Amino acid sequence: MNAPADSEVRRLKVLAAMSGGVDSAVAAARAVAAGWDVTGVHLALSRQPATLRTGSRGCCSLEDSNDARRTADILGIPFYVWDFAERFAADVIDDFVAEYAAGRTPNPCLRCNEKIKFAALLDRALALGFDAVVTGHHARLTDGRLCRSVDAAKDQSYVLAVLTREQLAHAVFPLGDSTKDQVRAEAARLGLAVASKPDSHDICFIADGDTQAFLDRRLGERPGDIVDTDGAVLGSHAGTHHYTVGQRRGLNLTRPSATGEPRYVLSISPKTNTVVVGGAADLQVDVVRCGPPVWIAEPPAQPFDCAVQLRAHGMVSPARISADGDGLAAVLGEPQRGVAAGQALVMYDGEQVLGSATILGTERSVGSGAAAHPAAASTG
Amino acid sequence: MPYLDHAATTPMLPEVIDAISASMRASATGVAGNPSSVHTSGRQARRIIEESRERLAAALDARPSEVIFTSGGTEADNLAVKGIYFARRAADPARRRLLVSAVEHHAVLDSADHLVSAAGAELGLLPVDSDGVVRPEALAAALAEDPGSVALVSVMWANNEVGSIQPIGELTEIAHGYGVPFHTDAVQAVGTLGVSFAESGVDAMTVTAHKIGGPVGVGALLLGRGVDCVPVLHGGGQERDVRSGTLDTPGAVGFALAAELAVGRRAELAPRLARLRDELIDGVRRAVPDAVLNGHPVHRLPGNAHLSFPGCEGDSLLMLLDARGIECSTGSACSAGVAQPSHVLLAMGTDEQRARGALRLSLGHTSTAADVRTVVEAIGPVVERARRASAAVGVAAGAGRSA
Repeated sequence: MNAPADSEVRRLKVLAAMSGGVDSAVAAARAVAAGWDVTGVHLALSRQPATLRTGSRGCCSLEDSNDARRTADILGIPFYVWDFAERFAADVIDDFVAEYAAGRTPNPCLRCNEKIKFAALLDRALALGFDAVVTGHHARLTDGRLCRSVDAAKDQSYVLAVLTREQLAHAVFPLGDSTKDQVRAEAARLGLAVASKPDSHDICFIADGDTQAFLDRRLGERPGDIVDTDGAVLGSHAGTHHYTVGQRRGLNLTRPSATGEPRYVLSISPKTNTVVVGGAADLQVDVVRCGPPVWIAEPPAQPFDCAVQLRAHGMVSPARISADGDGLAAVLGEPQRGVAAGQALVMYDGEQVLGSATILGTERSVGSGAAAHPAAASTG
Repeated sequence: MPYLDHAATTPMLPEVIDAISASMRASATGVAGNPSSVHTSGRQARRIIEESRERLAAALDARPSEVIFTSGGTEADNLAVKGIYFARRAADPARRRLLVSAVEHHAVLDSADHLVSAAGAELGLLPVDSDGVVRPEALAAALAEDPGSVALVSVMWANNEVGSIQPIGELTEIAHGYGVPFHTDAVQAVGTLGVSFAESGVDAMTVTAHKIGGPVGVGALLLGRGVDCVPVLHGGGQERDVRSGTLDTPGAVGFALAAELAVGRRAELAPRLARLRDELIDGVRRAVPDAVLNGHPVHRLPGNAHLSFPGCEGDSLLMLLDARGIECSTGSACSAGVAQPSHVLLAMGTDEQRARGALRLSLGHTSTAADVRTVVEAIGPVVERARRASAAVGVAAGAGRSA
């Protein structure tokens, strides 16, 4: 298990972030077993938490808070609930809405790690005298090296890749060497009631899982045109926030394409409030332009070759990375579909995370002529 | 280990534990009677209930027939607010207004809110001054507006968070001047303040056992003989047809004894707690000069010290003190355990920053001078650390809203 370097000097004092799920429960249990001084904290992230869990939401109900408390009681550690609802609303939920309004596709879990768990929570923990924050993320962190979990299906290194070295220096992920099955078995062995609690999948702050309806409530109707790559109007939409790059369904186009092949969202332009659609071939991009990188490993001399992942649970592609103004440009070894601005480009050397950068836009240099898809008007 | 959360619940008195144990053991050796049964065991249990009722009534200067046993303070508050509202409205449909102080316990406030949303009531919140005290002229004005429309006035005897004592006698007189019944939640007052049901003149009074060294799960509504009240719990009608449910014989025994002991020891306990409280407040202010005392500086519960520490989060303070073995409270906690800015402090006009940094230290029968010393020694470093934590996160500066 990884730990900050001074663990031998004195007993490590850690704060275990406990969502009420099985992963964070076992992570806390392992911290206790390691002999550390562990305090459990549940983050209250919702202004009006629901009483009972619904669907597959992860952590926002009172039931989840009680599950976390019960685990802490069984482990014999102090437990507190800290209210981060205001910070969460500003840094994660408002950001999520603003990103969609700007034509991008955000990943709120990534933002929560960056702004809440390893910022607001970590800062408070350090100021209160803790050495580190322990979470149940599936990733390996050893001597500052962040690597994929041994359980490829559960690997969460992608949503942790936005963290800085300083943030990771005070993070402990005790589960990276275990599969989810092993984690559940360990929870059962320890007598933790959450051993068989279902995994969470949905966005925790959208209770019914209906992201479209949530965004409609926040952004309202903003009707505009759906156009092809030549600018010809093919239909209309009620708001660009209903669309994500690569999306095929729900376009409701009035004119079929000349070849009769299906059309996909190629890009979203909030400035003109248009959604650009085209054929599958146009969806393939091989140049990804990104903002300034965050390096976890030593930055390699550019240009360099590595593997990149362009969305959570997405495919990995070989890529050549080079400097591009303040940011990076990645030329993909094989074109990819559905690369959306707002997601993170995470660079891997084998299992190890090198760093990440936010995707600003994509281009296509192969196939039927180069076409730029500035996925957001603010590109450049 | 200093336990400074007596306002939440008190350690049970050993004598009370013995009496409850004896009563429970008796049920295993022959006297297992339901107090409502007519056979010998039932009659024996009934006798114990009625003796307990008489002893409780005597301790609180009420008549035995005015004691309605309940499951605790929350049930008694619900019964008073809902039961008297429904009875008054049944007698005259115009009586729909509830006048309730803004600093009531949620058992009263939420009962009133429920009547608004489900039973056509109107809620008039009585404002408090910056010390948390209801001004009699505010009640008089609210009543004078339309006296015939008021169903009930409810103002607590002493506030559970900031400890301020309300002018119950004066308020009751004003309500009675308009023929309106008056309920008071005296849960925090019994044992440290002189509480006489008869002398106070109130029509209904909530009391509970676990705040005075008795068991959790038993309380009572003292309800004047002439006060109409509709049941909230329906069933066998065991308690004056106002409250149903099999009576808890050991609980009644424990409550009666705890009340006798608390009232009997009040003359010694109250001044001792007041001295300890003043030492605590003075010591904390010496260690943290900008700490602010909330609630009335004089007319407050002898065991209550409620302080705000500017630039701190109350829950940081709570955690840091807990780690040093000092147990206290941020004043109000919802079921998730999240410290919300207190409705009591907000009603007093306290700004949100001061409300967030509030800590309630409540002393009781187990408190000692050593407890006070431990807190006074710990509070300086704890506040300093909590301030650094707030500054680090930027909560104190409201940075959470900046995005």
